[in-house]
Amino acid sequence: MFSVKRLSLILVVIMLAATMFTACSQSSNTNSNEINVGLNYELSGAGATYGQDTVDGIMMAIDEINAAGGVLGKKINPIKQDNKTDPAEATSITTKLATKENVVAILGPATSGATKASIPVAVKNKVPLITGSATADDITVDAKGVKEYGYRICFNDSFQGTVMANFALKNMNAKSAVVLMDSSSDYGKGLAKNFRETFTKAGGTIVEDEAFIKGDKDFSAVLTKIKDKNFDILLISGYYNEAGLIIKQAKDMGINKPILGGDGFDSPDLAKLAGNSALSNVFFSTHYSLLDKDATVVKFMDEFKKKYNKDSNAFNALGYDLGYFIADAIKRANSEDPTKIKEAIDATEGFKGVTGKFSIDENHNPVKTAVVIELKDGAQVSALKIEP
Amino acid sequence: MKQLFSFKNLKYSACVVALFGVIQLLISLNIFDDYYQITIATICINIILAVSLNLIAGFTGQFSLGHAGFMSIGAYACALITLNINSNYSFFLGIFVGAILSALLGFVIGIPTLRLKGDYLAIATLGMAEIIKIIAQNLEFTGGAAGLSDIPQYTNWVWLFFFTAGTVVVIKNFINSSHGRACVSIREDEIASEVMGINTTKYKVLAFVIGAFFAGIAGALYSTYFYVINPGLFGFLKSVDILVIVVIGGMGSIRGSIIASILLAIVSTYLQDFPEIRMILYSLILVVVMLAREFIKTKKINLDILNIKKYIKTNGAR
Repeated sequence: MFSVKRLSLILVVIMLAATMFTACSQSSNTNSNEINVGLNYELSGAGATYGQDTVDGIMMAIDEINAAGGVLGKKINPIKQDNKTDPAEATSITTKLATKENVVAILGPATSGATKASIPVAVKNKVPLITGSATADDITVDAKGVKEYGYRICFNDSFQGTVMANFALKNMNAKSAVVLMDSSSDYGKGLAKNFRETFTKAGGTIVEDEAFIKGDKDFSAVLTKIKDKNFDILLISGYYNEAGLIIKQAKDMGINKPILGGDGFDSPDLAKLAGNSALSNVFFSTHYSLLDKDATVVKFMDEFKKKYNKDSNAFNALGYDLGYFIADAIKRANSEDPTKIKEAIDATEGFKGVTGKFSIDENHNPVKTAVVIELKDGAQVSALKIEP
Repeated sequence: MKQLFSFKNLKYSACVVALFGVIQLLISLNIFDDYYQITIATICINIILAVSLNLIAGFTGQFSLGHAGFMSIGAYACALITLNINSNYSFFLGIFVGAILSALLGFVIGIPTLRLKGDYLAIATLGMAEIIKIIAQNLEFTGGAAGLSDIPQYTNWVWLFFFTAGTVVVIKNFINSSHGRACVSIREDEIASEVMGINTTKYKVLAFVIGAFFAGIAGALYSTYFYVINPGLFGFLKSVDILVIVVIGGMGSIRGSIIASILLAIVSTYLQDFPEIRMILYSLILVVVMLAREFIKTKKINLDILNIKKYIKTNGAR
């Protein structure tokens, strides 16, 4: 059993911790000439690339806004925190940002798990939380209703399924499709489900429905099975790691049907895995395209390249939009009160960002355009904007 | 009965109550606000995990890398029950079912794997945890890779304290019992203890089951505090995190596990202010702590402040 001494020591440790906590909470000063915005991102852990890329975009936007005089005459002060891609840590960070750092809004996290863990805290503390890339369907709305303070500015998994089904039906006149789905991710399942629903509702038929799991390398069994079937298009509902290999193996087998996919294809690694020659007649939906000739987009891509010395990707673009989106909401709210900012976000109409023009609907999702990109010999040759 | 109300026990209980009172006071004065309460929750859950793993690894000497697996069973069971049964008792039912299921699994897995020793056992338990993770990833009702979200937050500081104190008391008592001494003897020398008539398999499985039981409780508390669980949380790294606490606190030292849980959680929280280099600093601190431990051990410097009185006694007041 513990002795009194030992327990009192534990008490002392706790008291010391308490003093340390209070000491460090006092040190975080709140400057009234700045508006604090929290950044709750995956700077380490499994989702680190998404988090870091989004933060790069946000920081670029905030730097530009501050250089142009800030909002409401004040500079935006980003308070960046690392949630380690861990839901529990994300909860802790959100609480810290909301209660200690007096932020007016929280941006992030980038991954769905961490976002789901953060939203209840944001709701509890009445601070709007906006994610740029958590695409799971139930982030902002679920069976229990809309999450009052949870928002996102990217479209969700199922929307892409609908977009690609409509694209196949209208733009490619497809009547029959084969679906290959990554059954180990909710992304793959959600996208495939909505594709199937929209496609069959409009009179299309699903000839074959097959599944694979993350990490699979050899798809010859499935591909042989579908090789002699009669179908118009092949939908690969999954990420680039497997999609790249499937495309390569399919072309090697002589399957030359158009291949469709979602933003999981949007990675330079797709070309590395499939090889440039195999990447023809491939179409996928994503948030924005490098081919976009829109002045804002071109400017963003140039500036980004100048600043970070690398090509921008969808996460950078979404982060950049997130920075301007929150500045816009603060400006329209004309207040630093989180509840007023929430109301301004609700009222967002036609916000023009790099990833398209969008409004926020009653489910706290953006109503925005998706871009369908065509690949030819591994390069993006055309980009078609599809309105929701 | 007389033993139960011995001076030592009363003294001990008074201290636990005092500790509870002090923290409760700090919470009600809002010195420990929401943010620090999350750190306290992490500390409590880590104490339960570390102390229960210490029983398996530190006291019985069975090197297990599957503790996160048991934790996930408790977490999923409790989350599913609280999500589907809407009643005030669902939280307790969830914790109870989670702990029992976890203990049952510990029993089923313990019987074959505990024949293995050392590294082999570590790999077998690691495999078990991975299997649990993959199963959770592929079942429909566990929510697949995205896991379960919107779990009601039933766990609060009072329950955390209750279960943490309960775990420590039960495991400490177990270790001080004849069963516990049998476990320690297995760690010291398995053959010798078998010769002394100890049913080594029985005690190894017993320690494993008790450890799994409390890991299940920790998982249940975790899921009903942090709103979200997914299979990725209960991977290999989580098991290692728990093992790190046990090793830093000292194999076979409950007191050490508690202190290590508290210190590591505080360090981790404090490092939140340095997002970019956070994990580097954290890892660096782990390295320095281990080196310092070794240094103190080899130089025979008794820096164990908890035994300072004993130290003065043995070395004479200077």
